[in-house]
Amino acid sequence: MLKGKHLIEPGDLTIEELEAIFTLADAIIQDPKKYSDTCKGHLLATLFYEPSTRTRFSFEAAMLRLGGEIIGFSEPNSSSVSKGESIGDTIRTIGCYADIAVMRHPKEGAPKLASKHATIPVINAGDGGHQHPTQTLTDLLTIRSYRKSISNNVIGLCGDLKFGRTVHSLVKALSRYEHMKFVFIAPPELEIPPYIIEELGDHPYDRTSSLEDAMPELDILYMTRIQKERFFNEEDYLRLKGYYILDQKKLEHAKEDMIIMHPLPRVDEIHTEVDQDPRAIYFNQAKYGMYVRMALIVKLLGLGGDLHA
Amino acid sequence: MLKINGIKRGIVIDHIKAGLGYKIYKELKLDQANYTTALIKNVCSNKLGKKDLIKIDNVIDFDLNILGLIDPGLTITIIEDEKVVDKIKLSVPEQVEGILTCKNPRCVSTIEHIDNILFTLVDPEKKEYKCEFCDTRTSL
Ligand SMILES: [Zn+2]
Repeated sequence: MLKGKHLIEPGDLTIEELEAIFTLADAIIQDPKKYSDTCKGHLLATLFYEPSTRTRFSFEAAMLRLGGEIIGFSEPNSSSVSKGESIGDTIRTIGCYADIAVMRHPKEGAPKLASKHATIPVINAGDGGHQHPTQTLTDLLTIRSYRKSISNNVIGLCGDLKFGRTVHSLVKALSRYEHMKFVFIAPPELEIPPYIIEELGDHPYDRTSSLEDAMPELDILYMTRIQKERFFNEEDYLRLKGYYILDQKKLEHAKEDMIIMHPLPRVDEIHTEVDQDPRAIYFNQAKYGMYVRMALIVKLLGLGGDLHA
Repeated sequence: MLKINGIKRGIVIDHIKAGLGYKIYKELKLDQANYTTALIKNVCSNKLGKKDLIKIDNVIDFDLNILGLIDPGLTITIIEDEKVVDKIKLSVPEQVEGILTCKNPRCVSTIEHIDNILFTLVDPEKKEYKCEFCDTRTSL
């Protein structure tokens, strides 16, 4: 049912399709060797119009671990892109060589435009401040694995909620599940935008600027970076920055089975002492990112076989 | 006094806010039409002071609701056998193509030539539409 589809935004997939991807990801995690030849003879094109080593490696590792091959560019200056070729022409040409394409682009909507011209599945690997659906898939799979179900959780999202694209996508995706509660933890300057609140539907939510106050209630704490350039003055930045640094002391009032997530890379919003805490799962989150991309590639190529493709 | 012949079968778009007639004329691609059309500008009007008026001596295949986006106050009358057979009340269209442009400087449409961006209505009151590529809201 997923064969030949594009993934431009998380909403492109139904809950059932997501479930099928997560089930396959679980199966791959259980027995990676079994899938080491699944994509043999298939080619993934990585079209990175702006560098993002982490995301590109995650996709490349995923394809290579499935026995497939990769081609692509990560510096548009060195490709036909610099000669002014349109996105439509590029994807049509790539479609002659590759079986599936991953696109990262600084302009919002570029992967959607590509998908309109494509003869092969296109995966959005980030378009400006707009969407990053495989990060959302990663987050959902991580929650599902550690919390047993995506539904029935209180999630606290902390940091830059105004510009944070990963937070926006995740909130949107989670609001499709049952019995969720959202706690938005941010300084007034970086509060969650009203149109994201509109997406919540009937789900309850709280807004606070205090991480400590929110902590005891949370099942999931999703930390994000606060960037200096988002502030008008240095003083505010320095004051608030310290306020949202997660350390062991702040965790004293957290639930025993709470999980701490972060889309990475971290700068200093999580103290390294927290890394040892069993609740800190952000590095494993990156691993889930690769597995969920493996499952996604297999599904979009229609190679799922017996696993309800 | 300028005299325009009555039309047998066609459309009259009346009560257009003065100055918007040409925009509508172009939007309906009447400047490329091979049948009789008339754009009359700055007609005296009791209601509006001045208004523009368009007469089309043909049945055109066009979603006239789109005109509601340019000027919700205009009236559309359909004529057959020189008689009025229908008056169309305008509503805010659910989707528009080709009239709006995306105002997001980070939108892919700022670097690629895209003929008809599809905009979907998200706020009927503010007449706000969402770009199909970047989801940014815009209005006319
Ligand atoms: Zn746009």
